[in-house]
Amino acid sequence: MDFLTLLQILDSSLRLATPLLFACLAGLFSERAGIFDIGLEGKMLAAAFLSAAIAAVYGSVWLGLFAGLMASLSLSALHGVASITFRGNQLISGVAINFLASGMTVLVAQSWFSQGGRTPPLQGSGRFQEITLPFADALSDVPIIGQFYAEVISGHSALVYIALLAVPLSWYVLFRTRFGLRLRAVGENPAAVDTAGVSVIALRFAAVGICGVLCGMGGVYLSTGLDAGFGREMTAGRGFIALAALIFAKWRPWHALYATLLFGFLQAIALRPDVIEALLGFKVQVQLLKALPYILTVVILAGFVGKAIPPRAGGEPYVKER
Amino acid sequence: MQTMPKWADILLIPLINLMLAFLISGLVILAIGEDPIAALSLMVDGALGSSYGWGFTLYYATNFIFTGLAVAVAFHAALFNIGGEGQAALGGLGVALICLFFPWPHWTIALLAASLGAAAFGALWATIPAYLQAKRGSHIVITTIMFNFIAASLLNYVLVEILRPPGRMDPSSAGFPEATHLPTISDMLNAVGIPFAARTPANVTLIIALIACVAVYFLIWRTKLGYQIRAFGKSEPAAKYAGISSVKITMIAMAISGGLAGMMAINNVMGEAERLVLNSVEGAGFIGIAVALMGRSHPFGVLLASLLFGFLYQGGAELALWTSIPRDLIVVIQALVILFTGALDGMVRRPVEQMFLMMRKRGG
Repeated sequence: MDFLTLLQILDSSLRLATPLLFACLAGLFSERAGIFDIGLEGKMLAAAFLSAAIAAVYGSVWLGLFAGLMASLSLSALHGVASITFRGNQLISGVAINFLASGMTVLVAQSWFSQGGRTPPLQGSGRFQEITLPFADALSDVPIIGQFYAEVISGHSALVYIALLAVPLSWYVLFRTRFGLRLRAVGENPAAVDTAGVSVIALRFAAVGICGVLCGMGGVYLSTGLDAGFGREMTAGRGFIALAALIFAKWRPWHALYATLLFGFLQAIALRPDVIEALLGFKVQVQLLKALPYILTVVILAGFVGKAIPPRAGGEPYVKER
Repeated sequence: MQTMPKWADILLIPLINLMLAFLISGLVILAIGEDPIAALSLMVDGALGSSYGWGFTLYYATNFIFTGLAVAVAFHAALFNIGGEGQAALGGLGVALICLFFPWPHWTIALLAASLGAAAFGALWATIPAYLQAKRGSHIVITTIMFNFIAASLLNYVLVEILRPPGRMDPSSAGFPEATHLPTISDMLNAVGIPFAARTPANVTLIIALIACVAVYFLIWRTKLGYQIRAFGKSEPAAKYAGISSVKITMIAMAISGGLAGMMAINNVMGEAERLVLNSVEGAGFIGIAVALMGRSHPFGVLLASLLFGFLYQGGAELALWTSIPRDLIVVIQALVILFTGALDGMVRRPVEQMFLMMRKRGG
């Protein structure tokens, strides 16, 4: 494998890691506040559909982004109402949201576009354009570092850079602000937060809302950045892989970045049978390559996580003392 | 304290939940520009209006009884098995191997062997996540979902590379031999003189599904193992204190759950298709979640909920045939049923409890 192939794989790793990173950070906020969210998958799917649909109709990806965030946020609100207000089972609510998104996206896509549950392919301003970072062209002749900068770091859509910026931002919000301290506390010991006179309900809804925005961006990137249009079930388990990455990262933002980059790398490798063949020296079945990200998710979850302690009050609805 | 009578808990609240789910489904149909009342009457007519419709409704219901019982058994151990889809797919592989590679003299023996094969393959596929949960603490919801994807790839590989007869284009196995074909409900009813539409897929597996309901009832409420499963589900620390091994119960409960999901394959693979095709499960594994929630994890409730979803599934197929409403409507209805009977249960329960309390105050 030559250096250029490696750069190509790293480049596609970053692209494939982006939706995972958004979803992983989304889950991070939600679970740190004590709300389990199995519905990351559904929220991404809904955002992917609505953003592609609106972008296809109006030709503006920014309108699409807005619509996608709204779709994801409304499902977040549903999850919040079910699991915070009515103290329902959070896993079941998440599963319901996944099915709701899975069914509604195809139903509405069929009703609007009649293209077998797809949206029309997006072109031009309907997609996020690739941004060439400053000096990328000038530096592309510099060996190794310059090539790396031009090939891997530069040339992605805005959402990729937003995802990368979201990592330090999440770290700052969670670990250096009063809001973040309270949010983490509400996931560990909500009664203590309540005693201090801070609303548990409001904090949890805020966390679920942030989760919705981040998930929405992940979904929007899937259909308008990574792909050019929405297809049935296009999230393909990414919401669950993000949850596995979250456990691997032990609910920490920087580790979430590393974990999702690893998963992105594995997905990128699985897309390059020629490289795998060259590395291993024999042909690998295409079905095995397709299953590889899922198998590795299980392997990493089972073998390499070590002791991962989730937030203590996770999954428990809070009942105020009377 | 009992705030409301038992009938309200097991009948009234699920009914209100269901009504809400259907109401929203009706609004969804309205929103995509179709008439919900006409849609409903089309569904009732197509699924229940003739013995032909019933033949399909009962066939789908049989699938959902197995997957619903599978989810229900896991629920009793407080385990959430979303892997029914993959387990049923593997069950199909078990059925196919048994039917294709052994010469069976009669369908009764073949059915027995295929049931065991289906259950064994399904159970095997469920015990891997169970083991990882029990020993390594890997979240069973995530691992069972991953195993659904892995099962899909595995089945694809087996069908394309191994079981596909030479020269055939579509990835499916050879047809099963004549001796393994199961009698349909219409064969059996016509034999005793009751007319029932031919060429409907409901078959003898329905009886096995009913036996499975009774067996699960006895297992959960009348055996020591069932007691241990329920105790573990109610409180893991308490069960541990009572000497119940959490590893053992997790593994056994998931093996039973996976086995039940796998047994669905005798209905769809052996009874209906009579060969193994790609994506034979068609979402029945996921519908099991809605069925188990609606049936309150009780076999009788699962049976009723399965009939309802059998009706919805066949009715949905009729809708897709005669109107522009796609079959995916059933996924939306399924989601709404899970939402209202599972997650939003408290929304209905609390006002109803209040109502009964007020009535009691006034009466007493």
